[in-house]
Amino acid sequence: MKLQEIVKELGLEVRCAAHNLNKQVSGGYASDLLSDVIANSKKDNIWITLQIHQNIVAVASLKELAGVIIVNGREPEEGALKKAEEENIPIMLTKLPTFEVVGRLYKLGIPGKM
Amino acid sequence: MDLSAALNTKDSTKEDVQLAQDKEITKVQELTYELKVKDVMTTDVVTVSPKDSMNNVREILRIKRISGTPVVQDNQLVGIVSIEDLIRCLVDGEMDASVEKKMTRKLEALHADEPVIHAVRKFDRYGFGRLPVIERDQGKLVGILTKGDIIEGLFKKLQIDYHEEEIHRYRASHIFEDIVADKARLHFQYNIVGQDFNRAGESASALKKTLLRLGFHPQIVRRVAIATYEAEMNIVIFANGGQILASVDPERIEIEASDAGPGIPDIEQAMQPGFSTAPEWVQELGFGAGMGLSNIQKCADKMDLTSQVGKGTDLKATIYIKGRGNR
Repeated sequence: MKLQEIVKELGLEVRCAAHNLNKQVSGGYASDLLSDVIANSKKDNIWITLQIHQNIVAVASLKELAGVIIVNGREPEEGALKKAEEENIPIMLTKLPTFEVVGRLYKLGIPGKM
Repeated sequence: MDLSAALNTKDSTKEDVQLAQDKEITKVQELTYELKVKDVMTTDVVTVSPKDSMNNVREILRIKRISGTPVVQDNQLVGIVSIEDLIRCLVDGEMDASVEKKMTRKLEALHADEPVIHAVRKFDRYGFGRLPVIERDQGKLVGILTKGDIIEGLFKKLQIDYHEEEIHRYRASHIFEDIVADKARLHFQYNIVGQDFNRAGESASALKKTLLRLGFHPQIVRRVAIATYEAEMNIVIFANGGQILASVDPERIEIEASDAGPGIPDIEQAMQPGFSTAPEWVQELGFGAGMGLSNIQKCADKMDLTSQVGKGTDLKATIYIKGRGNR
Protein backbone atom coordinates (compact mmCIF):
# COMPACT_ATOMS: atom_id res chain seq x y z
CA MET A 1 0.00 0.00 0.00
CA LYS A 2 1.20 3.49 -0.78
CA LEU A 3 1.78 6.19 1.82
CA GLN A 4 -0.72 8.36 -0.06
CA GLU A 5 -3.52 5.85 0.52
CA ILE A 6 -2.68 5.53 4.21
CA VAL A 7 -2.86 9.31 4.59
CA LYS A 8 -6.30 9.27 3.00
CA GLU A 9 -7.67 6.27 4.89
CA LEU A 10 -6.55 7.51 8.31
CA GLY A 11 -7.12 11.21 7.64
CA LEU A 12 -3.55 12.11 8.55
CA GLU A 13 -2.22 15.64 8.44
CA VAL A 14 0.93 15.71 6.33
CA ARG A 15 3.35 18.25 7.76
CA CYS A 16 6.35 17.92 5.46
CA ALA A 17 7.79 16.17 2.41
CA ALA A 18 4.25 15.95 1.01
CA HIS A 19 5.67 15.28 -2.46
CA ASN A 20 7.20 12.05 -1.22
CA LEU A 21 3.98 10.10 -0.55
CA ASN A 22 4.19 7.88 -3.57
CA LYS A 23 6.28 5.30 -1.71
CA GLN A 24 5.18 1.72 -1.23
CA VAL A 25 5.03 0.87 2.49
CA SER A 26 6.65 -2.47 3.37
CA GLY A 27 5.19 -2.78 6.87
CA GLY A 28 4.87 -0.94 10.15
CA TYR A 29 6.75 -0.48 13.40
CA ALA A 30 5.53 1.19 16.57
CA SER A 31 7.97 2.25 19.27
CA ASP A 32 9.10 5.32 21.19
CA LEU A 33 12.61 4.12 21.84
CA LEU A 34 14.95 5.25 19.09
CA SER A 35 17.47 2.44 19.50
CA ASP A 36 14.66 -0.08 19.38
CA VAL A 37 13.48 1.41 16.09
CA ILE A 38 17.04 1.34 14.78
CA ALA A 39 17.37 -2.30 15.75
CA ASN A 40 14.01 -3.60 14.61
CA SER A 41 12.38 -1.47 11.93
CA LYS A 42 12.81 -2.37 8.28
CA LYS A 43 13.39 -0.33 5.17
CA ASP A 44 10.23 1.39 3.87
CA ASN A 45 8.35 0.73 7.13
CA ILE A 46 5.93 3.30 8.44
CA TRP A 47 6.89 4.27 12.00
CA ILE A 48 4.32 5.18 14.64
CA THR A 49 5.64 7.14 17.64
CA LEU A 50 4.84 9.87 20.11
CA GLN A 51 8.37 11.29 19.95
CA ILE A 52 8.51 14.77 18.49
CA HIS A 53 12.20 15.40 18.79
CA GLN A 54 14.23 15.99 15.63
CA ASN A 55 16.19 12.80 16.15
CA ILE A 56 13.19 10.87 14.84
CA VAL A 57 14.24 12.21 11.44
CA ALA A 58 17.81 10.98 11.89
CA VAL A 59 16.50 7.52 12.78
CA ALA A 60 13.99 7.46 9.91
CA SER A 61 16.66 8.56 7.46
CA LEU A 62 19.19 6.08 8.82
CA LYS A 63 16.78 3.18 8.41
CA GLU A 64 15.27 4.53 5.18
CA LEU A 65 11.77 4.42 6.58
CA ALA A 66 8.82 5.43 4.39
CA GLY A 67 7.49 7.98 6.87
CA VAL A 68 6.65 8.80 10.49
CA ILE A 69 3.20 9.07 12.07
CA ILE A 70 3.15 11.16 15.26
CA VAL A 71 0.24 10.24 17.51
CA ASN A 72 -1.88 11.80 20.27
CA GLY A 73 -2.11 15.14 18.48
CA ARG A 74 1.46 15.98 19.46
CA GLU A 75 3.15 18.79 17.61
CA PRO A 76 6.67 18.04 16.30
CA GLU A 77 9.47 20.44 17.19
CA GLU A 78 10.32 22.99 14.55
CA GLY A 79 13.81 21.57 14.07
CA ALA A 80 12.30 18.17 13.39
CA LEU A 81 10.10 19.49 10.58
CA LYS A 82 12.94 21.45 9.03
CA LYS A 83 15.19 18.43 9.07
CA ALA A 84 12.48 16.13 7.75
CA GLU A 85 11.93 18.45 4.81
CA GLU A 86 15.67 18.38 4.08
CA GLU A 87 15.85 14.61 4.35
CA ASN A 88 12.63 14.08 2.42
CA ILE A 89 10.95 12.14 5.23
CA PRO A 90 7.15 12.62 5.38
CA ILE A 91 5.93 13.47 8.89
CA MET A 92 2.23 12.82 9.42
CA LEU A 93 0.13 13.83 12.42
CA THR A 94 -2.98 12.32 13.96
CA LYS A 95 -5.08 12.88 17.09
CA LEU A 96 -5.50 9.11 17.48
CA PRO A 97 -3.44 7.16 20.02
CA THR A 98 -0.86 4.57 18.91
CA PHE A 99 -3.06 1.55 19.59
CA GLU A 100 -5.82 2.88 17.36
CA VAL A 101 -3.45 3.88 14.55
CA VAL A 102 -1.75 0.48 14.53
CA GLY A 103 -5.12 -1.26 14.57
CA ARG A 104 -6.38 0.68 11.58
CA LEU A 105 -3.14 0.16 9.65
CA TYR A 106 -3.30 -3.56 10.33
CA LYS A 107 -6.85 -3.64 9.05
CA LEU A 108 -5.64 -1.95 5.87
CA GLY A 109 -3.24 -4.84 5.39
CA ILE A 110 0.00 -3.27 6.68
CA PRO A 111 1.92 -6.13 8.32
CA GLY A 112 3.99 -5.91 11.47
CA LYS A 113 5.81 -9.17 11.00
CA MET A 114 9.56 -9.19 10.61
CA MET B 1 14.57 -6.65 -38.26
CA ASP B 2 17.95 -7.07 -39.87
CA LEU B 3 20.01 -8.59 -37.10
CA SER B 4 23.41 -7.55 -38.37
CA ALA B 5 22.28 -3.96 -38.79
CA ALA B 6 20.85 -4.03 -35.31
CA LEU B 7 24.11 -5.36 -33.96
CA ASN B 8 26.05 -2.89 -36.06
CA THR B 9 28.35 -5.45 -37.63
CA LYS B 10 30.55 -5.04 -40.65
CA ASP B 11 28.88 -4.92 -44.03
CA SER B 12 30.71 -4.01 -47.25
CA THR B 13 27.81 -1.89 -48.59
CA LYS B 14 27.92 0.33 -45.55
CA GLU B 15 31.64 0.98 -45.75
CA ASP B 16 31.58 4.77 -45.19
CA VAL B 17 29.38 4.60 -42.15
CA GLN B 18 31.49 1.74 -40.94
CA LEU B 19 34.71 3.75 -41.21
CA ALA B 20 33.48 6.23 -38.68
CA GLN B 21 32.17 3.48 -36.46
CA ASP B 22 35.28 1.35 -36.67
CA LYS B 23 37.01 3.52 -34.14
CA GLU B 24 34.24 3.01 -31.68
CA ILE B 25 33.42 -0.62 -31.16
CA THR B 26 30.24 -0.98 -29.18
CA LYS B 27 29.94 -3.28 -26.22
CA VAL B 28 27.44 -5.42 -28.11
CA GLN B 29 29.81 -5.81 -31.06
CA GLU B 30 32.61 -6.78 -28.73
CA LEU B 31 30.38 -9.39 -27.15
CA THR B 32 29.40 -10.96 -30.47
CA TYR B 33 33.09 -11.71 -30.98
CA GLU B 34 33.72 -12.75 -27.41
CA LEU B 35 30.73 -15.06 -26.94
CA LYS B 36 30.81 -18.50 -28.52
CA VAL B 37 27.85 -20.23 -30.13
CA LYS B 38 27.89 -22.82 -27.34
CA ASP B 39 27.44 -20.03 -24.75
CA VAL B 40 24.08 -18.94 -26.13
CA MET B 41 22.63 -22.01 -27.90
CA THR B 42 19.82 -24.19 -26.59
CA THR B 43 21.25 -27.59 -25.69
CA ASP B 44 17.97 -29.32 -24.94
CA VAL B 45 17.14 -30.03 -28.58
CA VAL B 46 14.01 -31.74 -29.79
CA THR B 47 14.90 -33.97 -32.76
CA VAL B 48 13.07 -36.33 -35.11
CA SER B 49 14.32 -39.36 -37.00
CA PRO B 50 14.21 -39.70 -40.82
CA LYS B 51 11.66 -42.51 -40.49
CA ASP B 52 9.14 -40.41 -38.55
CA SER B 53 6.03 -39.29 -40.43
CA MET B 54 5.25 -35.65 -41.14
CA ASN B 55 2.16 -36.11 -38.95
CA ASN B 56 4.49 -36.84 -36.03
CA VAL B 57 6.47 -33.71 -36.84
CA ARG B 58 3.28 -31.66 -36.75
CA GLU B 59 2.46 -32.96 -33.27
CA ILE B 60 5.98 -32.33 -32.00
CA LEU B 61 6.08 -28.77 -33.33
CA ARG B 62 2.65 -28.09 -31.85
CA ILE B 63 3.38 -29.51 -28.40
CA LYS B 64 6.87 -28.00 -28.10
CA ARG B 65 5.72 -24.73 -29.69
CA ILE B 66 8.69 -24.62 -32.03
CA SER B 67 8.83 -23.95 -35.76
CA GLY B 68 11.41 -26.47 -36.88
CA THR B 69 13.60 -29.32 -35.68
CA PRO B 70 16.80 -31.10 -36.75
CA VAL B 71 16.62 -34.62 -38.21
CA VAL B 72 19.11 -36.98 -36.58
CA GLN B 73 20.20 -40.50 -37.48
CA ASP B 74 22.81 -42.37 -35.41
CA ASN B 75 23.77 -39.15 -33.66
CA GLN B 76 24.53 -37.52 -37.00
CA LEU B 77 22.66 -34.52 -38.31
CA VAL B 78 21.12 -35.45 -41.66
CA GLY B 79 18.63 -32.68 -42.27
CA ILE B 80 16.24 -30.15 -40.86
CA VAL B 81 12.47 -30.05 -41.07
CA SER B 82 10.56 -26.83 -40.58
CA ILE B 83 7.02 -25.53 -40.52
CA GLU B 84 7.41 -24.51 -44.19
CA ASP B 85 8.07 -28.15 -45.16
CA LEU B 86 5.02 -29.10 -43.14
CA ILE B 87 2.78 -26.59 -44.89
CA ARG B 88 3.92 -27.90 -48.26
CA CYS B 89 2.94 -31.44 -47.20
CA LEU B 90 -0.46 -30.20 -46.00
CA VAL B 91 -1.09 -28.50 -49.34
CA ASP B 92 -0.05 -31.62 -51.24
CA GLY B 93 -1.96 -33.93 -48.85
CA GLU B 94 1.19 -35.89 -48.01
CA MET B 95 1.13 -35.85 -44.22
CA ASP B 96 1.84 -39.57 -44.06
CA ALA B 97 5.12 -39.19 -45.93
CA SER B 98 8.32 -39.83 -44.01
CA VAL B 99 10.52 -37.01 -42.82
CA GLU B 100 13.47 -38.08 -44.99
CA LYS B 101 11.43 -37.43 -48.13
CA LYS B 102 10.35 -33.93 -47.10
CA MET B 103 13.20 -32.54 -45.00
CA THR B 104 15.71 -29.97 -46.17
CA ARG B 105 19.01 -31.75 -46.85
CA LYS B 106 21.14 -28.87 -47.96
CA LEU B 107 22.43 -28.09 -44.55
CA GLU B 108 23.85 -25.00 -43.00
CA ALA B 109 25.14 -25.63 -39.53
CA LEU B 110 27.26 -23.86 -36.96
CA HIS B 111 30.17 -25.17 -34.93
CA ALA B 112 29.88 -24.89 -31.18
CA ASP B 113 33.20 -23.08 -30.84
CA GLU B 114 32.50 -20.39 -33.45
CA PRO B 115 32.01 -16.82 -32.23
CA VAL B 116 28.43 -15.57 -32.20
CA ILE B 117 29.27 -13.03 -34.92
CA HIS B 118 29.54 -15.92 -37.43
CA ALA B 119 26.04 -17.01 -36.53
CA VAL B 120 24.72 -13.46 -36.94
CA ARG B 121 26.18 -13.30 -40.46
CA LYS B 122 24.84 -16.73 -41.37
CA PHE B 123 21.33 -15.84 -40.23
CA ASP B 124 21.44 -12.72 -42.39
CA ARG B 125 22.84 -14.48 -45.43
CA TYR B 126 20.37 -17.36 -45.48
CA GLY B 127 17.37 -15.95 -43.70
CA PHE B 128 16.88 -19.12 -41.65
CA GLY B 129 14.96 -19.05 -38.40
CA ARG B 130 17.29 -21.54 -36.71
CA LEU B 131 20.63 -23.19 -37.24
CA PRO B 132 21.72 -26.56 -35.85
CA VAL B 133 24.98 -26.58 -33.92
CA ILE B 134 27.41 -29.47 -34.37
CA GLU B 135 30.63 -30.55 -32.73
CA ARG B 136 33.61 -29.83 -34.94
CA ASP B 137 35.25 -33.29 -34.83
CA GLN B 138 32.44 -35.81 -34.86
CA GLY B 139 29.70 -33.79 -36.50
CA LYS B 140 27.47 -34.70 -33.58
CA LEU B 141 24.44 -32.47 -32.99
CA VAL B 142 24.97 -30.57 -29.71
CA GLY B 143 22.42 -27.76 -29.85
CA ILE B 144 20.27 -25.41 -31.82
CA LEU B 145 20.46 -21.66 -32.18
CA THR B 146 17.79 -19.07 -32.98
CA LYS B 147 18.05 -15.29 -33.23
CA GLY B 148 16.14 -15.15 -29.98
CA ASP B 149 18.87 -17.24 -28.29
CA ILE B 150 21.49 -14.75 -29.46
CA ILE B 151 19.59 -11.76 -28.13
CA GLU B 152 18.90 -13.48 -24.83
CA GLY B 153 22.54 -14.53 -24.53
CA LEU B 154 23.74 -11.00 -25.15
CA PHE B 155 21.38 -9.59 -22.56
CA LYS B 156 22.53 -12.13 -19.98
CA LYS B 157 26.17 -11.37 -20.64
CA LEU B 158 25.54 -7.63 -20.46
CA GLN B 159 23.77 -8.09 -17.17
CA ILE B 160 26.62 -10.13 -15.70
CA ASP B 161 29.17 -7.57 -16.87
CA TYR B 162 27.09 -4.74 -15.50
CA HIS B 163 26.68 -6.51 -12.17
CA GLU B 164 30.44 -7.06 -11.89
CA GLU B 165 31.02 -3.43 -12.67
CA GLU B 166 28.60 -2.39 -9.93
CA ILE B 167 30.27 -4.59 -7.34
CA HIS B 168 33.60 -3.16 -8.40
CA ARG B 169 32.30 0.36 -8.03
CA TYR B 170 30.66 -0.32 -4.69
CA ARG B 171 33.92 -1.57 -3.28
CA ALA B 172 35.23 1.94 -3.75
CA SER B 173 38.38 0.46 -5.11
CA HIS B 174 38.58 3.08 -7.85
CA ILE B 175 39.46 5.92 -5.53
CA PHE B 176 42.10 3.80 -3.87
CA GLU B 177 43.39 2.68 -7.25
CA ASP B 178 43.94 6.33 -8.14
CA ILE B 179 46.15 6.80 -5.13
CA VAL B 180 49.74 5.71 -5.74
CA ALA B 181 50.92 4.12 -2.54
CA ASP B 182 51.60 0.71 -1.08
CA LYS B 183 48.82 1.24 1.38
CA ALA B 184 46.25 4.00 1.61
CA ARG B 185 43.69 4.83 4.28
CA LEU B 186 41.30 7.71 4.55
CA HIS B 187 40.52 9.25 7.94
CA PHE B 188 37.48 11.29 8.85
CA GLN B 189 37.16 12.97 12.20
CA TYR B 190 33.96 14.23 13.78
CA ASN B 191 33.78 16.18 17.01
CA ILE B 192 30.78 15.48 19.20
CA VAL B 193 29.26 18.05 21.52
CA GLY B 194 27.96 16.54 24.75
CA GLN B 195 24.34 16.91 25.87
CA ASP B 196 23.37 18.60 22.60
CA PHE B 197 20.45 16.53 21.41
CA ASN B 198 19.70 18.86 18.53
CA ARG B 199 22.96 18.07 16.82
CA ALA B 200 23.13 14.45 17.89
CA GLY B 201 23.30 12.14 14.89
CA GLU B 202 24.97 14.65 12.61
CA SER B 203 28.28 12.82 12.56
CA ALA B 204 26.66 9.53 11.65
CA SER B 205 24.72 11.12 8.83
CA ALA B 206 27.80 13.01 7.56
CA LEU B 207 29.84 9.80 7.57
CA LYS B 208 27.02 7.97 5.80
CA LYS B 209 26.94 10.58 3.01
CA THR B 210 30.72 10.49 2.68
CA LEU B 211 30.88 6.71 2.39
CA LEU B 212 28.09 6.63 -0.19
CA ARG B 213 29.96 9.23 -2.23
CA LEU B 214 33.07 7.09 -2.03
CA GLY B 215 31.01 4.37 -3.64
CA PHE B 216 30.74 1.86 -0.81
CA HIS B 217 27.88 -0.62 -1.03
CA PRO B 218 24.69 0.73 0.60
CA GLN B 219 24.44 -2.36 2.84
CA ILE B 220 27.90 -1.74 4.24
CA VAL B 221 27.19 1.97 4.66
CA ARG B 222 23.96 1.24 6.54
CA ARG B 223 25.78 -0.93 9.07
CA VAL B 224 28.52 1.66 9.55
CA ALA B 225 25.94 4.44 9.95
CA ILE B 226 23.93 2.59 12.59
CA ALA B 227 27.02 1.71 14.62
CA THR B 228 28.25 5.31 14.38
CA TYR B 229 24.85 6.73 15.34
CA GLU B 230 24.67 4.62 18.50
CA ALA B 231 28.27 5.43 19.45
CA GLU B 232 27.59 9.10 18.85
CA MET B 233 24.44 8.96 21.01
CA ASN B 234 26.37 7.40 23.88
CA ILE B 235 28.84 10.27 23.81
CA VAL B 236 26.04 12.85 23.68
CA ILE B 237 24.08 11.25 26.53
CA PHE B 238 26.84 10.29 28.92
CA ALA B 239 29.97 12.32 28.20
CA ASN B 240 30.76 15.96 27.94
CA GLY B 241 31.65 15.58 24.30
CA GLY B 242 34.09 13.39 22.45
CA GLN B 243 35.32 12.35 19.08
CA ILE B 244 34.54 9.89 16.33
CA LEU B 245 37.31 8.82 14.02
CA ALA B 246 36.50 6.74 10.97
CA SER B 247 39.32 5.19 8.99
CA VAL B 248 38.60 3.59 5.68
CA ASP B 249 40.51 1.40 3.25
CA PRO B 250 39.42 -1.09 0.60
CA GLU B 251 39.31 -3.93 3.14
CA ARG B 252 37.61 -2.44 6.17
CA ILE B 253 35.97 0.53 7.83
CA GLU B 254 36.99 1.21 11.42
CA ILE B 255 35.08 3.52 13.70
CA GLU B 256 36.63 4.70 16.94
CA ALA B 257 34.47 6.64 19.36
CA SER B 258 36.29 8.08 22.34
CA ASP B 259 35.30 10.36 25.17
CA ALA B 260 36.59 11.56 28.51
CA GLY B 261 33.26 10.84 30.20
CA PRO B 262 32.37 8.96 33.37
CA GLY B 263 33.38 5.53 32.05
CA ILE B 264 31.53 2.23 32.33
CA PRO B 265 31.91 0.33 35.65
CA ASP B 266 30.64 -3.01 34.32
CA ILE B 267 31.01 -3.51 30.58
CA GLU B 268 29.33 -6.91 30.58
CA GLN B 269 26.25 -5.45 32.24
CA ALA B 270 26.25 -2.45 29.87
CA MET B 271 26.24 -4.82 26.91
CA GLN B 272 22.98 -6.44 28.06
CA PRO B 273 20.13 -5.32 25.80
CA GLY B 274 17.77 -3.13 27.79
CA PHE B 275 20.22 -2.21 30.54
CA SER B 276 20.37 1.56 30.76
CA THR B 277 21.75 4.16 33.12
CA ALA B 278 20.43 7.10 31.11
CA PRO B 279 18.62 9.75 33.19
CA GLU B 280 14.86 9.83 32.94
CA TRP B 281 14.65 13.06 30.93
CA VAL B 282 16.93 11.51 28.28
CA GLN B 283 14.82 8.38 28.15
CA GLU B 284 11.73 10.51 27.67
CA LEU B 285 13.31 11.84 24.49
CA GLY B 286 13.48 8.27 23.28
CA PHE B 287 17.17 7.78 23.91
CA GLY B 288 18.94 5.57 26.36
CA ALA B 289 16.85 2.48 25.73
CA GLY B 290 19.81 0.33 26.70
CA MET B 291 20.18 -1.09 23.22
CA GLY B 292 22.94 1.07 21.82
CA LEU B 293 25.89 -1.19 22.51
CA SER B 294 24.10 -4.34 21.41
CA ASN B 295 23.02 -2.56 18.21
CA ILE B 296 26.65 -1.69 17.52
CA GLN B 297 27.68 -5.26 18.14
CA LYS B 298 25.03 -6.51 15.74
CA CYS B 299 26.23 -4.21 12.96
CA ALA B 300 29.97 -4.63 13.39
CA ASP B 301 32.13 -7.59 12.48
CA LYS B 302 34.39 -6.80 15.43
CA MET B 303 33.85 -4.62 18.49
CA ASP B 304 36.26 -3.64 21.27
CA LEU B 305 35.14 -1.65 24.26
CA THR B 306 37.57 -0.37 26.87
CA SER B 307 36.62 1.93 29.68
CA GLN B 308 37.99 3.33 32.91
CA VAL B 309 35.70 4.85 35.48
CA GLY B 310 36.41 8.56 35.79
CA LYS B 311 38.72 8.53 32.77
CA GLY B 312 36.59 7.77 29.76
CA THR B 313 35.51 5.22 27.21
CA ASP B 314 36.95 4.03 23.95
CA LEU B 315 34.92 1.98 21.49
CA LYS B 316 36.25 0.43 18.30
CA ALA B 317 33.96 -1.14 15.74
CA THR B 318 35.22 -2.75 12.53
CA ILE B 319 33.21 -3.61 9.46
CA TYR B 320 34.89 -5.71 6.78
CA ILE B 321 34.03 -4.92 3.20
CA LYS B 322 34.79 -8.23 1.59
CA GLY B 323 34.65 -10.68 4.49
CA ARG B 324 31.17 -11.14 5.80
CA GLY B 325 29.86 -9.03 2.97
CA ASN B 326 26.33 -7.79 2.66
CA ARG B 327 24.03 -9.12 5.27
